[in-house]
Amino acid sequence: MDAFAQGLLEILKGWGVSDAWLPDTVTTGLILKAIFAVVVVLAIMGCCLYTVLLERKTAAWAQGRVGPSITTMPLIAAIPLVGKVLTYCGFIQPLADGGKLFMRQEPLPEHVNKFYYCLAPCLALAPAIITMVMIPFTSYINPETGEETALMLCNMNPGFVFMFAISSLGVYGVVLGGWASNSKYPFLGSIRGSAQMISYELSLVLAILPVVLITAGTSDNPLSLFSIVQGQGGFWNIILAPLSAVIYFVALLAEMNRQPFDMPESETDTVGGFHTEYGTFKFGLFFTGEYLHMILGSILFVMFFLGGWHALPFMPTLGLDGVLGTLLGIVCLVVKVIFMLFVIIWIRWTVPRFRFDQVMRIGWKLLLPFAIANAVAYFVFFGIYETLLK
Amino acid sequence: MATQNIKVITRKPLRWWEKLYIPQVLAGMKITLGIMLRKPVTLKYPFERPVIPKGYRGVPTLVKDQNGREKCVSCQLCEFVCPPKAIRITPGEIDPESGNEHIEKAPAEFEINMLRCIYCGMCQEVCPEAAIVLQGEYSLNGYSRSGMINDKKKLYELGGTIPDPVRKWDKKKRA
Ligand code: SF4
Ligand code: SF4
Repeated sequence: MDAFAQGLLEILKGWGVSDAWLPDTVTTGLILKAIFAVVVVLAIMGCCLYTVLLERKTAAWAQGRVGPSITTMPLIAAIPLVGKVLTYCGFIQPLADGGKLFMRQEPLPEHVNKFYYCLAPCLALAPAIITMVMIPFTSYINPETGEETALMLCNMNPGFVFMFAISSLGVYGVVLGGWASNSKYPFLGSIRGSAQMISYELSLVLAILPVVLITAGTSDNPLSLFSIVQGQGGFWNIILAPLSAVIYFVALLAEMNRQPFDMPESETDTVGGFHTEYGTFKFGLFFTGEYLHMILGSILFVMFFLGGWHALPFMPTLGLDGVLGTLLGIVCLVVKVIFMLFVIIWIRWTVPRFRFDQVMRIGWKLLLPFAIANAVAYFVFFGIYETLLK
Repeated sequence: MATQNIKVITRKPLRWWEKLYIPQVLAGMKITLGIMLRKPVTLKYPFERPVIPKGYRGVPTLVKDQNGREKCVSCQLCEFVCPPKAIRITPGEIDPESGNEHIEKAPAEFEINMLRCIYCGMCQEVCPEAAIVLQGEYSLNGYSRSGMINDKKKLYELGGTIPDPVRKWDKKKRA
């Protein structure tokens, strides 16, 4: 049984589950991991739905409207007061939205390349789900030994580099979707989208190098997200590497195809962008993939720059350990991620989209040089620091 | 061009921090945040109704005068003037016992097809008796085409009473 399954086991025992239920075997470890994986996927898919709600609500607020506020269900409406509040918050709206997508007739246009047309939405969604296994959601500190275990499915050595590699496969969903649609607007949208996603990936990864350098001082595996977060027990990286944070955030917006960089689906000039020809469930997959990317992007930003599941700078756990500390970690992570999502949505409803030439100019002439200069500056600084001051 | 009052302004090149876009985006975000914190301006329509101003041109209706007499004399002017031909009138006699027999005519049937009506108000303008009036009702819906044709009963129901200050028919009866 590996450290993660061991950690899960200890958490469950901490909750008071008796030892008879949890024999200390490899099978138990596997089962626990499987359950954890299912829970994580379900939770993040649920978050997707509610991110859409957050988007709709924020859009409404930014435009002086109320947003979804009357959709309800008999059972929920019956709860006094709470039911009213939930209805007003649009709590049921995501379910209604999803249900609508499921219940529509599923069109398959005549002129498309059927195989790739059906493959594209899956390709858009799958990488986003796969990368979830690499995310440490929080840590468990053993109260007796003080040892920290990450709550993550697989703590691979390449860490976030692997994550970036997988999540950039998402661009195939865009490319194939636009190409298989055999129609000019989706095609234009997907060409632009892929050009944009590929150009911003460079700055995205370069912006992380300083963070890795900072982490290298405290850990022997600075690529792992877990060590990156653990390295932020003192100052958060946003204070140590503010320029990186800004560059990373801008590149992230472009990677997620969010305004002001939503080239692949700019409604004004390419109708619906690469998914113009998609409807119902397949469109739903694209849509979910997009929001999953948004959530993953926010989680990564929080991990890299906002101290992950740490509550406050210099007070990572507020003195809590064991199960309580784990819960506090999850709550902190969720709060920070919701904040990041809100900021991303807020930007969307504030700024218009860039022209395509502007997108390319910003990417290659502005962001990339800054990212390189930033990385080099940190290299030089750490080089001098390591050789001269130590 | 020279005679017109046009001033050509040359666009200033962006300064370096403007080229970064970030200050502008932040300023914009401040504005949207301000709006987010304001009270929403939405009128929750089916639950809250807007205030209809006086003189609003809603659904055309037929009205009665203060004595409960139907004002329309079935002259059919409105039927002729109606641009999309939404009005259909079947003229009829007035019951000789009713006390209004000197008016001679009233509509036996009066239909306005609300799928055709364009709310132009021509009928109201042309009516010599001020009998047809576009009033405050604006929300109109039905389950069938025939359900969207307002018959006489419905028209009077919608119209109600508008008092007649001139009372020319009373004067004529006395004369
Ligand atoms: S409002 Fe215009 S269109 Fe409607 S019934 Fe009167 S004249 Fe006809
Ligand atoms: S509503 Fe007016 S215009 Fe139309 S038939 Fe009656 S009296 Fe004549």
